[in-house]
Amino acid sequence: MGKQLKVVVLAKQVPDTRNVGKDAMKADGTVNRAALPAIFNPEDLNALEQALTIKDMCEGTTVYILTMGPLRAADIIRDAMFRGADGGYLLTDRAFAGADTLATSYALSRALVEIKPDLIIAGRQAIDGDTAQVGPQVAEKLGLPQITYAEQIESIDDRQIVVKRRLEHGVETVSAPFPVVITVNASAPECRPQNAKRVMKYKRAMTRSELQAAGDDYMQFVENKDYLKIVEWNVGDIDADPAQLGMLGSPTKVKQIENVVFQAKESRKLTVSDADINSLMVELIAGHTLG
Amino acid sequence: MNNIFVYIETEGGKVADVSLELLTKGRELADRLGCKLEALAIGHNLAGLDKTVGMYGADTLWVADDRELEPYRTLPHTAIICGIFGEEKPQIALFGATPVGRDLAPRVSSTLGSGLTADCTSLVIGDYTDAKSGKEYKDLLYQIRPAFGGNIIATIVNPDHRPQMATVREGVMRKEEVKSPTTPEIKNVDVRKYVKDTDLVVKIIDRHIEERGIDIKNSPVIVAGGYGMGSKENFALLHELADLLGGEVGASRAAVDAGFTDHARQIGQTGVTVRPKLYIACGISGQIQHTAGMDQSSMVIAINTDPDAPINKFADFVITGDAMEVIPKMIKYYKQNSK
Repeated sequence: MGKQLKVVVLAKQVPDTRNVGKDAMKADGTVNRAALPAIFNPEDLNALEQALTIKDMCEGTTVYILTMGPLRAADIIRDAMFRGADGGYLLTDRAFAGADTLATSYALSRALVEIKPDLIIAGRQAIDGDTAQVGPQVAEKLGLPQITYAEQIESIDDRQIVVKRRLEHGVETVSAPFPVVITVNASAPECRPQNAKRVMKYKRAMTRSELQAAGDDYMQFVENKDYLKIVEWNVGDIDADPAQLGMLGSPTKVKQIENVVFQAKESRKLTVSDADINSLMVELIAGHTLG
Repeated sequence: MNNIFVYIETEGGKVADVSLELLTKGRELADRLGCKLEALAIGHNLAGLDKTVGMYGADTLWVADDRELEPYRTLPHTAIICGIFGEEKPQIALFGATPVGRDLAPRVSSTLGSGLTADCTSLVIGDYTDAKSGKEYKDLLYQIRPAFGGNIIATIVNPDHRPQMATVREGVMRKEEVKSPTTPEIKNVDVRKYVKDTDLVVKIIDRHIEERGIDIKNSPVIVAGGYGMGSKENFALLHELADLLGGEVGASRAAVDAGFTDHARQIGQTGVTVRPKLYIACGISGQIQHTAGMDQSSMVIAINTDPDAPINKFADFVITGDAMEVIPKMIKYYKQNSK
């Protein structure tokens, strides 16, 4: 396994929609984003672990994060650097806002054309959308083959990568030439934790915007420290057709958003007392709900 | 032209349930729009599918049959679909939200530059007015799905791009044979016209498909556990009750994410949709992402320590208390009374 690879992990900072509390929705039915912490999309961490495993296997391999989002999305790039990534790219511009999966995939693919990786790894899907579309669509935009639901990289040589995929009722092992897009399943190994030494080294890694906000002294401090520079790209830094970006480039439109309100069933309230549970079971048996 | 296409997924020559469910929905939409319903099957040894799709009302069956097309691989299937769609220009294309459909449909939508909505729970025809331009569109496909972790329901439309594409999970739509089966016109696809050698670069080295082990979809009774069950060990109690009642154990996503049980048991938008006679929800709060998969159960019992848990709105019986206390009593009194 001597191949030196340039690996890009596609990652997204997402609101943590998994354990939504009662205060997650405002009275007017809109989402209260402030009540939801922004996290590293879980399956993108599985993807990062696969990339770092390849870095361990193939000496000289480099791993970069590519994310699209607001400036604060640089947090997940730093997080990835603390865990073992070499650096990252933040794609941020108002021109990207309102993008559906297709416009997102187009923007990411234009950035990838600049970065020229051998291997692109992404989480299967993001928890705020659950669409699983961006991986395959990035692959299509770049004209590359795709391997979805990857669970384990079996081997890598100069010609090809061999990957075990998790199917609904089984597993499949496939090979593909480079470059290729791989999406990783939640059933793949969890990501390694942050490393204390790396946290010390990279905690001041910043994007251009963050550097400007930090002031002149800090600019001088990082001047010769390229490893502390997170690449920040705006729309002008990638060669993209504006008609295919953001809201304008999104074929799908949101017609309507409804807060979820249900007409509650008329339910009978029972306690945990023996008498209540006993009469419930008698009723279920008598009504043939239970045989 | 401008018809509705359904991608037919086959497993060992048998049509997947989700494809038949999509044909049933497709038939309804086609009747509403006054267009044809076309089925598209890609694989190997596909003889005899016309009868099956005819029972669900397909007017046309496209068959792309070749050794290279089975088992499923992304690129050759994409090439055939995009080739046919390019010529036939369907207005709507439906795919199962299966591992295959969720791998294939995004690739197709990207190639064609059309939009795609994943995991729709409802598909309806309706009109749309663009808020900015004021332009009016008639008879679009409303693609309706829970979003944002299931806290909102979004209606998505594709005003300007065709086909309007959607995926739907197995069990979400009803499967129903038509009253008088159709005799679909069979169109054999010239596979080599669409599939290039470069579409075959991904090689399948090994494949191991297990028998469908856990089948919670057809179980009359489901005892489902949520994050509130607290641990994998506590799930054993759910199995005890389910076994006793002749049912299966289900779970919410939170419980599966926490490692309490297998993903095969997950009920909800990103899991299985079930319609049992009896659904016992234990320690499940009842976010819509979960309830979308169980709200058509005939009877629901909710056991939760929180008297205001959202699941209670779906419940015929609400037991406010700890499932670990309630379930042993249910086991005890079922045994006592069922003799």
